[in-house]
Amino acid sequence: MAYTLNVNGKALSADVDGDTPLLWTLRDTLGIVGPKYGCGVAACGACTVHVDGAPMRSCQIPTESVGKAKITTIEAMSTHAVGKKVQAAWMELDVAQCGYCQPGQIMSATALLAKTPKPTDAQIDEAMNGNICRCATYTRIRAAIKRASGQKEA
Amino acid sequence: MTYHDVKATRRDILASVSAAGLTLSFAIAPKAGAQEAVQTPLNAYVRVAPNGIVTIVAKNPEVGQGVKTMLPMLIAEELDVEWSNVRVEQAGNDPKTFGRQFAGGSMATPIHWDELRRVGAVARSMLIQAAALAWNCPPGDCVTTPGNVVNKTSGKSRTYGSLALACATITPPDPKSLTLKDPKSYRIIGKATPQYDVAKIVTGQPLFGIDQRRPGMLYASIIKAPVFGAKVASADLAAAKAVKGVKTAFVIEGDPNGLFPQGMIGQGLLPSVAVVADSWWAAKKGRDKLNVKWAEHPTSSQSSKGYAAQARTLAAGKGQRSARNDGDVDAALAGAAKTVEANYFYPFLSHANLEPQNCTAEFKDGKLEVWAPTQNPEPGRQLCARTLGMKPEDITVNMVRGGGGFGRRLANDYMVEAAWISREVGAPVKLVWTREDDMQHDHYRPAGFHHFRGGVDAAGNIVALHDHFVTFGTATAAVSSAGMPGSEFPAQFIPNLRYEISAIPLGIPTGPLRAPGSNALAFVFQSFIDELAHAAKADPLAFQIKLLGDKPVVGNAPAAYGAARMVGVLKAVGEMSGWANRGNLPKGEGMGVACYLSHLGYFAEVAHVAVAPDGAIKVKKVWVAADVGRQIINPHGALNQVQGSVLDGLSEALHQQITIDAGRVEQNNFTDYQLMRISEAPAVEVKFVITDFSPTGLGEPALPPAIPALTNAIFAATGKRIRSLPIQTDMLKA
Repeated sequence: MAYTLNVNGKALSADVDGDTPLLWTLRDTLGIVGPKYGCGVAACGACTVHVDGAPMRSCQIPTESVGKAKITTIEAMSTHAVGKKVQAAWMELDVAQCGYCQPGQIMSATALLAKTPKPTDAQIDEAMNGNICRCATYTRIRAAIKRASGQKEA
Repeated sequence: MTYHDVKATRRDILASVSAAGLTLSFAIAPKAGAQEAVQTPLNAYVRVAPNGIVTIVAKNPEVGQGVKTMLPMLIAEELDVEWSNVRVEQAGNDPKTFGRQFAGGSMATPIHWDELRRVGAVARSMLIQAAALAWNCPPGDCVTTPGNVVNKTSGKSRTYGSLALACATITPPDPKSLTLKDPKSYRIIGKATPQYDVAKIVTGQPLFGIDQRRPGMLYASIIKAPVFGAKVASADLAAAKAVKGVKTAFVIEGDPNGLFPQGMIGQGLLPSVAVVADSWWAAKKGRDKLNVKWAEHPTSSQSSKGYAAQARTLAAGKGQRSARNDGDVDAALAGAAKTVEANYFYPFLSHANLEPQNCTAEFKDGKLEVWAPTQNPEPGRQLCARTLGMKPEDITVNMVRGGGGFGRRLANDYMVEAAWISREVGAPVKLVWTREDDMQHDHYRPAGFHHFRGGVDAAGNIVALHDHFVTFGTATAAVSSAGMPGSEFPAQFIPNLRYEISAIPLGIPTGPLRAPGSNALAFVFQSFIDELAHAAKADPLAFQIKLLGDKPVVGNAPAAYGAARMVGVLKAVGEMSGWANRGNLPKGEGMGVACYLSHLGYFAEVAHVAVAPDGAIKVKKVWVAADVGRQIINPHGALNQVQGSVLDGLSEALHQQITIDAGRVEQNNFTDYQLMRISEAPAVEVKFVITDFSPTGLGEPALPPAIPALTNAIFAATGKRIRSLPIQTDMLKA
């Protein structure tokens, strides 16, 4: 059936089965492909989006359960007050290798900084531990979060 | 250009180019973006627009190793342009123009270091000649500043953009005749340069294989037998087709030519069932209804436990073949002051690319076009041609960014599957494997067993070493990535040395994983050398330096070993890490050292670990000293590759193993095949030791020594020797 979803500030209509994970509705039906498929079981974080500002794994959210929640994806981070700083830090430090996980990493990092503007290393670990980087760019992810939060990069 | 239209524009622009890619092409038919609408090609790699914007073609597939940035930097440096005026374009698969295009073996740097700088120099020379013609002066009167040709005597200046068209009448010079820049004047090479696509990556643009889309495209899921190569006995196709959105479901018998014998199985089309739908989720739901029954297959008698039992039996006997036999090992061991005997094991590993295998294919009017995140496009094209019974020239392979390579995408099984399915349904199809498909149908890093004996004399020299390596394959040939050369270090450095090899038959596909061979052999050899150092009561780092001796090079090509280069990095890592002061570390902490030569790179690494009373391991820091020659081309990318490789190695050692039961892989997903997460990642400090050798690659060689540096550090911290991977923390309990 047709669902109207609030994605990146727009009302978008998607005619899908209600059990379709939000990830696939975004990617295949709405053409929003920044959220990535990595595991399908919320173990890697590549599909992370914000649901009313909180980082969630979109592979685990049935489309029928989204309702009026505001969905924000990596595609909208350039206009997000914190997200654009995170993206800038990611670019300055050239964090990525293959880059596949980085939309999810940036979504988790943005949610962290929105809530905790000056996170400690332990807070970074806790917030980012659900996001796997197979290329293991963790050194730069940590440094970029520090930079985006205006802290010394260690 | 939208992401729906990902065809390489280069094809439409270049009418004819030579094998070396350096012949001038006169065709100007751009279809690229508006700003640089009229681009004049100077050769297969370089086009210049009137506004001075230079488009440089990146020839190799990009899977995160940074070649899409690094290779064009080489051209841009010698062409003499501002990097900010460079636009990089991904090449299509076109070996006639570009030679072999692949991502493997850390080979992009050594292959292209000279060649691509000369491509840039040829284009620059042509622009100078065009200016000299216009000014009616000898070319020797002209120099360049970035993007301009300048007449030294008159001071006149012309932009590259204004000269490009005139190059049509210039014969390109012999690349070998040109003098390249003095490295002191480099403006791009050696400068930390962010990845060309960094802005697209951080904004989530559709760069990857899995992001491709074609008009009228359908989505496919494919299920293959858990036992590799087992045929489909039955499948409930009707149940799959009854799922909303499913267009069709059908059985694929497998490779029609039967080209893939045991050991090569998985390289092409396997028996499988495909479900095609109007969305991937519908295809997956259909697939889940198939209830496939698989035929019996002999591989179902194989298991990890069975391999271990066979390895024990084989190791107890004489090797099936000899890989090296120097001196008299048995006599030397009998005369040694101390001897050590040890069994080592490492498991099968999966590549676990974060982007699961996928491919988009469009079969239309007898022709095939694919968009594939492949590391190896031309063999993929040949595979599709053989399997589908097509001519290779009717197949176009577009290389799209891969979400990690690590060697997995050197194989093209996903490509031939997508091609087959597209032809079957007569529509463009995007095939996406599930994570479970990906983990259970990899080409695994082969497991291996080593039985070592070694002896040291009273002065602390290794006098004898014997390894009986039990691997997989036949008595005469190992399966992919399961071999060991007779020159494996410390061969050539020890007078009495014997390598024997035996093999267990294997029905599981294997293939290269980042630093193939080395990622396993470094662990066993560098650990056993550390055991011998401790047996000799020697400082392990000094012991390694002593073993390497005082000859700069030992052995002859291709087995030449730059011993002085390795000594150089060992000394450097000793200084960086404060190795001499490791005695001051608190109880439960230790440092370990290891070194390894692979992919032409000399690496020495020290790990500092703390092991808690419950056995939990905390890697506190890793230091790396690397010698990859005289020039780091892109320091940004270089550091990222080294740090990532080290953490990748630690991740393998701490967590990863694939096990086989009844012929099938037991692991499914990241829940039971763990990758390192940020909370485990230590700082990795890297120093590039500059030596006067030609630059070599960095995708792989930092990985192998990271593992024994870690396990040797655990021994230093606990007195417990890790001889089997992944590390079992249970055995480290105080």
